[in-house]
Amino acid sequence: MYQFQYFRPKSLDEARKLYENNGDAKFLAGGQTLIPTLKQRLAQPTALIDLGGIAMSGIKVAGGVVTIGAGTKHFDVASSADVKGAIPALSHLASHIGDPAVRHMGTLGGSIANNDPAADYPAAVLGLGATIKTTSRTISADDFFTGMFETALEEGEIITEVSFPVPEKAAYMKFPNPASRYAMVGVFVAKTKGGVRVAVTGAASSVFRESAMEAALTKSFTPDAVAGIKVSPGNMNSDLHGTAEYRAHLVTVMAKRAVATIA
Amino acid sequence: MTASIIGTSVRRKEDHRFITGQGRYTDDINRPGQAHAYFLRSPHAHAKIKSIDTAAAKAAKGVVGIFTGADIAADKLGPLTCGWMVTSKDGSPMKMGAHPVLAGDRVRYVGDHIAIVIAETHAQAKDAAELIAVDYEELPAVVDPAHAADAGAAQLHPEAPRNTIYQWELGNKPETEAAFKKAATKVSLNLTNNRLIPNAMEPRAAIGEYDDGTGGYTLYVTSQNPHVARLVISAFIGLAPEHKLRVVAPDVGGGFGSKIFIYAEEVVCTWAAKKVKRPVKWAAERSESFLSDAHGRDHITHAELALDADARILGLHVKTTANLGAYMSTFSSSVPTYLYGTLLSGQYNIPAIHVEVDAVYTNTAPVDAYRGAGRPEATFVIERIVEEAARQLKLDPVEFRRKNFVRTFPHQTPVIMAYDIGDYDASLDAAMKLANAKDFPARRAEAKARGKLRGLGYSTYIEACGLAPSAAVGSLGAGVGLWESAEVRVTPTGSVEVFTGAHSHGQGHETTFAQVVAGRLGIPLENVEIIHGDTNSVQFGMGTYGSRAAVGLTAVSRALDKIEAKAKKIAAHVLEASAADIVFENGEFKVAGTDRKLAFHEVALNAYVAHKFPTSEIEPGLKEGAFHDPTNFTFPAGCHICEVEIDPETGVTKVVNFTAVDDFGNVINPMVVEGQVHGGVAQGIGQALLEHGVYDKESGQLITGSYMDYTMPRADDLPTYKLGFTVTPCPSNPLGMKGCGEAGAIASPAAVINAVTDALGVKEFDMPATPQRVWATINRNRAAAE
Amino acid sequence: MPSVAMTVNGKAVSGEVETRTLLVHFLRENLRLTGTHVGCDTSQCGACVVHVNGKAVKSCTMLAVQAEGAQVTTVEGLTQDGKLHPVQAAFKEHHGLQCGFCTPGMIMTAVDMIRRIPDLDEKTIRAELEGNLCRCTGYQNIVKAIEAASKEMKGARA
Repeated sequence: MYQFQYFRPKSLDEARKLYENNGDAKFLAGGQTLIPTLKQRLAQPTALIDLGGIAMSGIKVAGGVVTIGAGTKHFDVASSADVKGAIPALSHLASHIGDPAVRHMGTLGGSIANNDPAADYPAAVLGLGATIKTTSRTISADDFFTGMFETALEEGEIITEVSFPVPEKAAYMKFPNPASRYAMVGVFVAKTKGGVRVAVTGAASSVFRESAMEAALTKSFTPDAVAGIKVSPGNMNSDLHGTAEYRAHLVTVMAKRAVATIA
Repeated sequence: MTASIIGTSVRRKEDHRFITGQGRYTDDINRPGQAHAYFLRSPHAHAKIKSIDTAAAKAAKGVVGIFTGADIAADKLGPLTCGWMVTSKDGSPMKMGAHPVLAGDRVRYVGDHIAIVIAETHAQAKDAAELIAVDYEELPAVVDPAHAADAGAAQLHPEAPRNTIYQWELGNKPETEAAFKKAATKVSLNLTNNRLIPNAMEPRAAIGEYDDGTGGYTLYVTSQNPHVARLVISAFIGLAPEHKLRVVAPDVGGGFGSKIFIYAEEVVCTWAAKKVKRPVKWAAERSESFLSDAHGRDHITHAELALDADARILGLHVKTTANLGAYMSTFSSSVPTYLYGTLLSGQYNIPAIHVEVDAVYTNTAPVDAYRGAGRPEATFVIERIVEEAARQLKLDPVEFRRKNFVRTFPHQTPVIMAYDIGDYDASLDAAMKLANAKDFPARRAEAKARGKLRGLGYSTYIEACGLAPSAAVGSLGAGVGLWESAEVRVTPTGSVEVFTGAHSHGQGHETTFAQVVAGRLGIPLENVEIIHGDTNSVQFGMGTYGSRAAVGLTAVSRALDKIEAKAKKIAAHVLEASAADIVFENGEFKVAGTDRKLAFHEVALNAYVAHKFPTSEIEPGLKEGAFHDPTNFTFPAGCHICEVEIDPETGVTKVVNFTAVDDFGNVINPMVVEGQVHGGVAQGIGQALLEHGVYDKESGQLITGSYMDYTMPRADDLPTYKLGFTVTPCPSNPLGMKGCGEAGAIASPAAVINAVTDALGVKEFDMPATPQRVWATINRNRAAAE
Repeated sequence: MPSVAMTVNGKAVSGEVETRTLLVHFLRENLRLTGTHVGCDTSQCGACVVHVNGKAVKSCTMLAVQAEGAQVTTVEGLTQDGKLHPVQAAFKEHHGLQCGFCTPGMIMTAVDMIRRIPDLDEKTIRAELEGNLCRCTGYQNIVKAIEAASKEMKGARA
């Protein structure tokens, strides 16, 4: 790691001011991606502003919406009876992020602000059509994820909570990268009031919705409806563990299997 | 003699310190005034170094010293070397390029060591290393061993034209050719043995120290064989006379071969300690381990088997290209030759064998011994081609094997080895029973009904370990003898200290060696201390690798013979009897036919008090040493059976059953032996399904440079194994032991791939059988069928 | 340099650290608690697992300054009054270790796992060990040790 200054503000206001006063500052949430990145010397922030001292965690279920504070750990989402009752697919997803020790540290806000192409949470946020509340506004999931490690967040803007509308039913199926166990392909399928949503993570440069599958599932919410849909490998990632063709194939298989668990 | 403790699953003496966090690994040691080192490494696979500017780095905060290859050359520090001479078929000696401990004007792989930066903290050393300006002229690189000898391929060392280190052969070429001429059936197979990265969980580390008062150096290092390290650093590198260099290998967190070798970092830290007048500590980050630990395997092979009309094997021809990386590591030359070609007869009667091996340089990390070293590669060749032969002849692979098994011993193979004893039918029968092989067809049908593909694969392996008769290995080119030493010191109170040259880095020697001593002397286990790993304590030893602890145990056993003989003489004087009448039983020296006796501790006390025997005839004290040179290799053998289930939609392969039945001869501690099998099989399944060290073919960058891309076996990748043992006691040592450390890694890859190819109905399949590869194969076959 | 204070194995400790100092390095270098190990640099091997405020975390993926005021337990803190923790004892009894390097992290992960999950079966244990690598044991005896410790601790609670 390079040298940096470290701040642990007590409020969002203080955090914001620190950010404005420090040239290349970065916010530190659970740190489970940022700290490894710093250890590899792949980033050189002048300051880390640790959001861990700001009360931003907690889970509320009300009015058909699950609202989760940005600082809530993956472990707490995975083990929450409220989340399990309202959106079991979400607690299932959270229970498959990283490993147990990582889930004790990693946070919802940190994960989606980072928007790692292989992260799990973006699939749930987009798949459920969640709303992201920040220090300055609310952003819909469809507008939030803009590209690889890119989001709609402005400089200094901090996610405070995420609201997930409770779907009629939903499921997440993940095919982990054999080495890293990140999602090589993860498909989140949800039947919501606003229609069927299918969000895919891991496969491309950023999470995306698979509209052909959404259309097919709208007609018939069955595994067979998606089993025959061939996803184009054109935009898929390709690496040692999976060619674009293989990833495209897995999107179909994971979608089919996700639907099968709830159809 | 109370043998009761030998052969029992005594819980390990060493565990207490590990489970309470009190282990003492190299990086846990802190020397007064120590500074921290970081090594600047080449980011290029192949480049000329035009200049190195360290001025800015030297001025950085906390920097104590920075040294480069020029400083090494000025001090005339010798290069790292390979200690096993292999001769090509044309009679020429192997062609070894120089391997300086810090690079001269050329770097030859990503991770090649260029400079040591020493600072007050590790972070400061790393900060300063970024300020070193190296002017590189990048050169073309070659990383694929298949093309290393091509005309026009990048050349690594002027000493080795066409990057060819040797072209070696073993066996009988005319007889093998004749066998193929008369063959009724020929089977051929292309195989790759994938490059592996050892990944002992403790990364390599070293602390070098210099005492100006005595002129002595001390090196604390993650080593499997500290005495060999001392010998090489002294005699070949020339850092210090042997008696002025102490090497300590404290607790070592796994080795698997990778910590046998003498590495640049430990030499440079020791050398630099004198330069900066402070202890210098270096601990590798895992990324550095990936780049710079010696890798394993990496063979490309074409094999052919000749069979008569009755499915009996007539001959085997094997042609292998072995990738040795950018430099020749300490024992690298022996791995694809004498540890490989000599095992190609497997468990079979093969009248004629001819093996040819070309070893090549590439712009990759050096390749040397990794758990099994040559024998997994040999087993993979023979067990894959035997399975394929059975399939080609539409014979049951079990019956085909039985038809060709060696059943009379001793058995001289055409490739040096003389098998002393074994019962291959027994281990095959036991494994089939444990694996419930007869019901496999029903399980396969049941899986098929669920849309899954099941396959069953066998590997009836043999290996040679207990390395090794010194004269034999000497005649094959080894630069050292492979005996082992032991010294047994009995204290006046009757407790026992055993000094052994066999190093323990997970094997449990502190327990198993103590069992042999306690059992033999009839004293409690807790009265025995096993001391190893420090050249100041143990006179000399060859270290632990090649499942050779049995050699060390035999040395202990021989020293105990001498202890017993001397103790009997002393007891005779004390008991006023004739030495010939003294018997030693259950820890007591008795006068035969009387009730007069002395406990072991009483004899020990008498030995040191020396009042009751003539010291002109018998020296006081009770301490004996022995050097044991084995008379033969030992030949563990057995049968591993793997059952896989493949999800054809995703290509995911699960090992659903894994059975290992091994004949290790007599066993000292079954619990420890089972643990060795578990770990070995995990590494074998890892090789077959998960692990692969991959370099980018163009840039020579290591793609699998961390656990993000190198797939280490995790708990949920592996099944619970079924283990069984058969016993044919080894005739070449008094305890009848063979060796158990490597068998799992040697036998299992072939069993797994035989199962995968059985499930997929394909002939060839390159390891590792990753989901993507399996899916691609299924898809290709489906497309071809449509 | 900032100073940091926390409670480690029940003892109040403090020290001067760089902001970039990881918790594992504070434990190993400042406090000389070398039972906690570093086996990788990508937060995957789990040799560094300790408990922070009662939960298993990777001490190589946390800054020392983040642990300000925290209750930290390392493998050295498991033994109470010279008596091994049941998980430590089970690792010895079931030969759940060979070289011992991954062992402290394995044990700390196991203690956390048993605390969270009342009924541990083999499949769950294997899944819960996702963040801990062992190269020696093939995991079989680690799984066995955790299963046995879990049963024993449950019996002790009942």
